[in-house]
Amino acid sequence: MITGADFPDPAEDGGRPDDVFQSHNIMARDKVLYEGHVVAAVAATTRKQAQEAAAAIEVDYEPLDFVLTVDEAMAEDAPLLHDTLITRNIDPPPDGPSNVASRIAHERGDLDQGFAEADLVIERTFTTKPVHQGYIEPHAAVADVGESGRAHLWCSSQGHFSIRTQAAKVLAWEPSRIKVTAAEIGGGFGGKTVIYLEPLALLLSTRAGRPVRLVMGRDEVFRASGPTSGTSIRVKLGVAADGTLRAADVWMAYEAGAYPGSPVGAAGMTGLACYDIPHFQVEGFDVVVNKPKVAAYRAPGAPMVAFAVESVIDELAAGIGMDPIELRLKNAAVEGTQASYGPKFPRIGLVETLEAIRDHDHYQAPLGPNQGRGVASGFWFNAGMNSSATVHVNEDGNMTVVVGSPDIGGSRASMGLMAAEEMGIDVGRIQAIVADTETVGFNDVTGGSRVTLATGLAVVEACRAIKDDLRARAAKTWDCAVDEVEWVDGQAQHTAGSEAPLSLADLAAKSGRTGGPISATHSLNARGVGPAFSTQLCDVEVDPETGEVTILRFTTAQDAGTAIHPSYVEGQMQGGVVQGIGWALNEEYIHGDDGRLENPGFLDYRIPVASDLPMIDTVVVEVPNPAHPYGVRGVGEVGIVPPLAAVANAIAAASGCRMVDLPISPPRLLDAINRRDEGR
Amino acid sequence: MARTHVSANINGEEVEFLCDQDASLLNALRDDVGLTGVKEGCGTGDCGACSILLDDRVTCSCLVFAPEVDGATVVTVEGLASGGHLHPLQQCFLEGAALQCGVCTPGFLVAAKALLDRNPDPTETEVRYALAGNLCRCTGYDKIIRSVLDAAEAMRAGAAEATEEGAHP
Repeated sequence: MITGADFPDPAEDGGRPDDVFQSHNIMARDKVLYEGHVVAAVAATTRKQAQEAAAAIEVDYEPLDFVLTVDEAMAEDAPLLHDTLITRNIDPPPDGPSNVASRIAHERGDLDQGFAEADLVIERTFTTKPVHQGYIEPHAAVADVGESGRAHLWCSSQGHFSIRTQAAKVLAWEPSRIKVTAAEIGGGFGGKTVIYLEPLALLLSTRAGRPVRLVMGRDEVFRASGPTSGTSIRVKLGVAADGTLRAADVWMAYEAGAYPGSPVGAAGMTGLACYDIPHFQVEGFDVVVNKPKVAAYRAPGAPMVAFAVESVIDELAAGIGMDPIELRLKNAAVEGTQASYGPKFPRIGLVETLEAIRDHDHYQAPLGPNQGRGVASGFWFNAGMNSSATVHVNEDGNMTVVVGSPDIGGSRASMGLMAAEEMGIDVGRIQAIVADTETVGFNDVTGGSRVTLATGLAVVEACRAIKDDLRARAAKTWDCAVDEVEWVDGQAQHTAGSEAPLSLADLAAKSGRTGGPISATHSLNARGVGPAFSTQLCDVEVDPETGEVTILRFTTAQDAGTAIHPSYVEGQMQGGVVQGIGWALNEEYIHGDDGRLENPGFLDYRIPVASDLPMIDTVVVEVPNPAHPYGVRGVGEVGIVPPLAAVANAIAAASGCRMVDLPISPPRLLDAINRRDEGR
Repeated sequence: MARTHVSANINGEEVEFLCDQDASLLNALRDDVGLTGVKEGCGTGDCGACSILLDDRVTCSCLVFAPEVDGATVVTVEGLASGGHLHPLQQCFLEGAALQCGVCTPGFLVAAKALLDRNPDPTETEVRYALAGNLCRCTGYDKIIRSVLDAAEAMRAGAAEATEEGAHP
């Protein structure tokens, strides 16, 4: 058995705050901060024995006051989660601790002037609940620490190199002591970028001298692994009568869970990124509450603030009698627009996604009674970061592409397709694999919609090195200059046509005589990231008797840059949309007055099922990213940004009820309908 | 604890295995029989990732004690392909990109097979309701539903061809 006392405590060793938080989150020390916070771990020879042993542990708990929402946590005399938490980025610094970990702020222009220039100003406050990533496969890890101290860890994660780094840090081990093999991953959506079980399994295996397996039950996944933040967001927007947005004032508080680290920073950067607004102010707070520490969830932080901003945009359009897409087009960020978060946008495709939706037959299709249509747009940065790939030409002329990015949605197929394109051979001759931490160079997590861009770039560059090598070998064979050899359609050709072409298989078979095995590695920190935009269109029907919302039709247009594997691109778009629909209509963490999670299972935490949904129609917009050899942007995340508002805007159109609190569950909407009918 | 002896027809073969008396069928299939196509997503019958056919009915194997299947017929995803050929559902899922992470896929395939066995020409709505007990968090279901409809069509065409061949030998 192990407890917090068995782990090094970075709080006592002058560790960085984030390291202290992560260490304390995976195993409580003196203070248990949320239901599900681990206090001990037990290994036994059978599952039953381990469960009985864990149940036999007696913990002396002293009940403490707690806070569950940002309002409670930010109240004057709120109970404090951490006695040492001083709000960062406030000038002058506060003299005492609070539950506010940090403040973020952006501003431009003159807010008063901007609102004075507006003909219509609307301000509303929105709330969203914590929602879980909801991957179907729970967390699991197997650790085997040998007598030499060398450890082998198998786990399902979005980045086994990162898991190695994090687990080693918590244990105060050198990362190289641990070899991590990536298991096939059963969904992550951001939630499997951080450690939970891995250091526990490693330490238990060290103690036991045996391999140890730890698996979360579904209730533990909900209680102990990261959801994303519940939020409170106030948005005030001003528009001129001609439809130009003049000013925006955004205030946000994001629940971090028990330790700092909500995605409020990304929220602050994304919230206004779709538009060119001359005067704005954005302020956000990272607030600790007695709930599980949040983890990344698909475009972390962006969907909630987009829900708020895009809802008010919708009201402004109606208020000045302008088509909501026209209003968005009028203010849309384009190449050269100074993004609200700082840099000038490179070539981007927001306008193209808006036009795709405007010109889609869905936009003009007739609606029936109690039905309504909503539109919303969204932005996500996308990421580059570190990737490595190794490419081998096997002796039969087929190829192996070795990457270290766990495949969460078909990236091995995309890697194979890009290698095939480079090499001019059929993709069936290429096998792409995800290798362990000792077999391929370092890779950052599969996250930030970065793998097709960054790991893809490493694959492309490695293939180009191989082509150069193959041309040199052909030149050697033909006794000519390398310049006289081209690589065309999977074979080396002499520019004068004086030699019979040498295929990949020919060159592979002779490799021993031309310089040895044919292999190349490329590692990079990818630049040239292409931002992503999506515009979505949703039709709903509202049942005025029950408040139930039916999604009738949904169309999503997203700028993919270039779609490497178009049907997987569509799959990313559709998956993001449906997670957003669940967030809008059903999903929420429900905590009781005792601070316990009341719905830690898929029966009561209701993610969308097949019968809830129509087909999700996709328009893959391709505005190539000029900074990537194939024009790739990354497609994984932005699809979840617009649907919350698209659904809410459709509900407003169908029912006349502007819903500002998510989820828009039947009781909540029915209540709004009843208040509407009573004229309140 | 004494292990319990169970005999069952699994994927067309008579199989005998030993399991703990209180083992779920899910765990026995994975740990004692070696059929890891069944996945545990919840352990409470809410997600469908462990779906099997138990005497032709779609069943969550996490909700059945392994000794209960003594004498019964069990089909798991491993029983769908035959003679080196994928089941049309599997082929259509592959071609239709109906999976991303794949952890729900075995359950979907089994539940879809049960549907098509009793209704070879389902509507989209019928497919959606037949698969409503299987959760997928990656795909938004679109490509799954399309792939099941495609497989149904392929199987009907295959059946019609077989009938025609039978009529005109």
